[in-house]
Amino acid sequence: MEALTYSIPISLLLGGVGLAAFFWSLRSRQYDDPKGDSERILSKEFDDKPKV
Amino acid sequence: MTASPVLAERATASACPACIAAPSAERLAASGDLKDARLVLSLPTAHCAVCISDVERTLGGYPGVRSARVNLTMKRVSVEAEPDVTAEDLIAALDGIGYEAHELDPGMLSATETDRRGRDLLMRIGVAGFAMMNIMLLSIAVWSGAQDATRDLFHWISAAIALPTVIFAGQPFFASAWTSLKARRLGMDVPISLAIILASSISVYETMHSGHHAYFDAAVMLTFFLLVGRYLDYRTRAVARSAAEELAALEVARATVLRDGAEHVVPVGELMPGDLVRIPPGARVPADGEVVEGTSEMDRSVLTGESLPVWAGPGVTLSTGEVNLTGPLTLRVTAAGRDSSLHRMAELVSLAESAKNKYTSLAERAARAYSPLVHLLSFAAFAFWMWRTGGDMRYAVNISAAVLIITCPCALGLAVPAVVTAASGKLFRGGMLIKDGTALERLAEVDTVVFDKTGTLTQGTPEPVNLSDLSPKVLPVAAALAGASSHPLARALADGAAAMGVTPAGVTDLREVPGYGIEGQWQGCRVRLGRADWLGAEAGDVTATHLGIEGQPPVSIRFADRLRPGAEDAVRAFQAQGKPVWLVSGDVEGAVARLAERLGITNWRAGVLPLEKAALVGDLTAGGHRVLMVGDGLNDTAALAAAHVSISPASALDAARTASDIVLLGQDLAPVAEAVRISTKARRRIKENFAISLMYNVVAVPIALVGLATPLAAALAMSLSSITVSLNSLRLK
Repeated sequence: MEALTYSIPISLLLGGVGLAAFFWSLRSRQYDDPKGDSERILSKEFDDKPKV
Repeated sequence: MTASPVLAERATASACPACIAAPSAERLAASGDLKDARLVLSLPTAHCAVCISDVERTLGGYPGVRSARVNLTMKRVSVEAEPDVTAEDLIAALDGIGYEAHELDPGMLSATETDRRGRDLLMRIGVAGFAMMNIMLLSIAVWSGAQDATRDLFHWISAAIALPTVIFAGQPFFASAWTSLKARRLGMDVPISLAIILASSISVYETMHSGHHAYFDAAVMLTFFLLVGRYLDYRTRAVARSAAEELAALEVARATVLRDGAEHVVPVGELMPGDLVRIPPGARVPADGEVVEGTSEMDRSVLTGESLPVWAGPGVTLSTGEVNLTGPLTLRVTAAGRDSSLHRMAELVSLAESAKNKYTSLAERAARAYSPLVHLLSFAAFAFWMWRTGGDMRYAVNISAAVLIITCPCALGLAVPAVVTAASGKLFRGGMLIKDGTALERLAEVDTVVFDKTGTLTQGTPEPVNLSDLSPKVLPVAAALAGASSHPLARALADGAAAMGVTPAGVTDLREVPGYGIEGQWQGCRVRLGRADWLGAEAGDVTATHLGIEGQPPVSIRFADRLRPGAEDAVRAFQAQGKPVWLVSGDVEGAVARLAERLGITNWRAGVLPLEKAALVGDLTAGGHRVLMVGDGLNDTAALAAAHVSISPASALDAARTASDIVLLGQDLAPVAEAVRISTKARRRIKENFAISLMYNVVAVPIALVGLATPLAAALAMSLSSITVSLNSLRLK
């Protein structure tokens, strides 16, 4: 049962990291144009850096 | 006013090209220095990676443009550019590489671009999803037999995650439940909030007393699934609202007024009777009035459906919405705003709209039946177990909470939004914007289709039909004369001649006589191209222009309206679906009959007045038909509003687009028939989804009522029904 003392915090922490990543992606407007992004990835023109 | 000074500048440019060259000093002073222009264009035909790079490369290479970014989801491109770049230039540049574009007013669109509410909902979904996964892990341990202290510890950790989550993520439901309670109604959100709150508080109570069952997972899962449904619903609404904004942003209504000898550009709403308004060729008449100066020809097709241009000169009265074709006109306003013919039409529209708003959607009907039933069931379970157990409050509350959780409309909350999202996404890809959420359901019920002619089935642009009958000696003369005019018929003639490989003859002294035509000198003869009465020719009932060479009888060149692409397919598709198709037009009998014959439409009416159109739609409705009206003109607005559901092309007049439920973004008319097919399927899916959630309830509710429902059973019922419903919605092809 001692495993619980660290496995539960670890699982919460990992989940929290995922949540933080989601917040970041939301804040940096990565869901504004899902369709366009899925098309852009196929074109070489946008490879070097994302267009602002 | 939302438009910035820069925008006002651009609008001026479209109204009078001279104004941009000499912007008024006050306006420059008012805006300080000119800011960069931020232009937003709608791109209805963009759909792939190639489109993105084509558009961005073309616009990026345009002199003065700093950056251009396409948003494919919204089918828009936003452009940062030097102040002197106008939308017209960019639209022309895009037209050159084959992309249709319309200008949008960025001031009107700002609300949807930030999209705070959508992101707020997404954030709550993220939190609820995170909490749900973690609690589920702990719950699985409990379900698989964790005992005593371990179970209590897991319950306590779940509580620590679940309570803040429910408080944060459940807010949209609590707020909406509170509003509906204050209005003394039982909305769908009341049982939802009750279930979430009851489940969480019982679980805390049970945890404190080392109980076996805690419903933290159910409370959070409920929140999560319902939030997903809420988000989908919000998305559809946001798209619909942004569509409405987009349409409002399409037309920037301004007029050039002459006051104290100077030209002022004012919003159309500020026009007063007695004002003198200048109407340049190509512009729309902004208010009802009488011509005081200038002669021209007017295109009345949006008002009456007539495709023949009408002569206008001093003394002639014009109505709002007509288009000036050839010469500049000065108009004395007789009625503006409230009294104008346009406004009277709009009143008619709002009357019909209010009738349409009474339509109750499937979801509303379901919620109306569902809400009281759920409360009744839960309360009955509570009362029964109180009596049965002789007052064991804890047990009775537990059971009634289980009933609430299981009956809670998870699947119901997802059933409609998921289907509507799938269907409207599909329609959007086909180039249709749905402005009203219930339009999809109403479209599915349609059994009769009424089309307008000019501008709907036809493009409203003429094409010459008898050029090959003209002698090869005369044709180059006609081409030369036509090439010197900007009149639509002349342009069509010049294009038609160029397509036949005709080289224009050397006609000199070309002179346009506004309102009549164009004349010049060719091999020592006076040659004229224009109206029948000007040349002494006989006017027919077909759109025509006439070529007169001195000493020879005039020759008439006839025009037919060009069919809109997909018009034939759309009409045929409706006929194949067994839906009667009507053609109702304000145009003359000859033109309507020819088009009806060409498209195989047997029910047609010509010379119909705007009110008669609405009356015809009303008669069909009274006869038990559900009418789909497709139209674009001001003369269609009343009929569009009176119909069960209505569609108008993006090229339609502002008022017509406002009155219709769905707007066709592209040129092609074929998606209209497809839309009806998709909506019928969507309706079937919604009903199937209702049946699926009902089935789950029929199985799960008795289990909960007799007190056998465990948190595991509740979690299973909830997730299974939600997933089946979502998968079923995705089947929409």
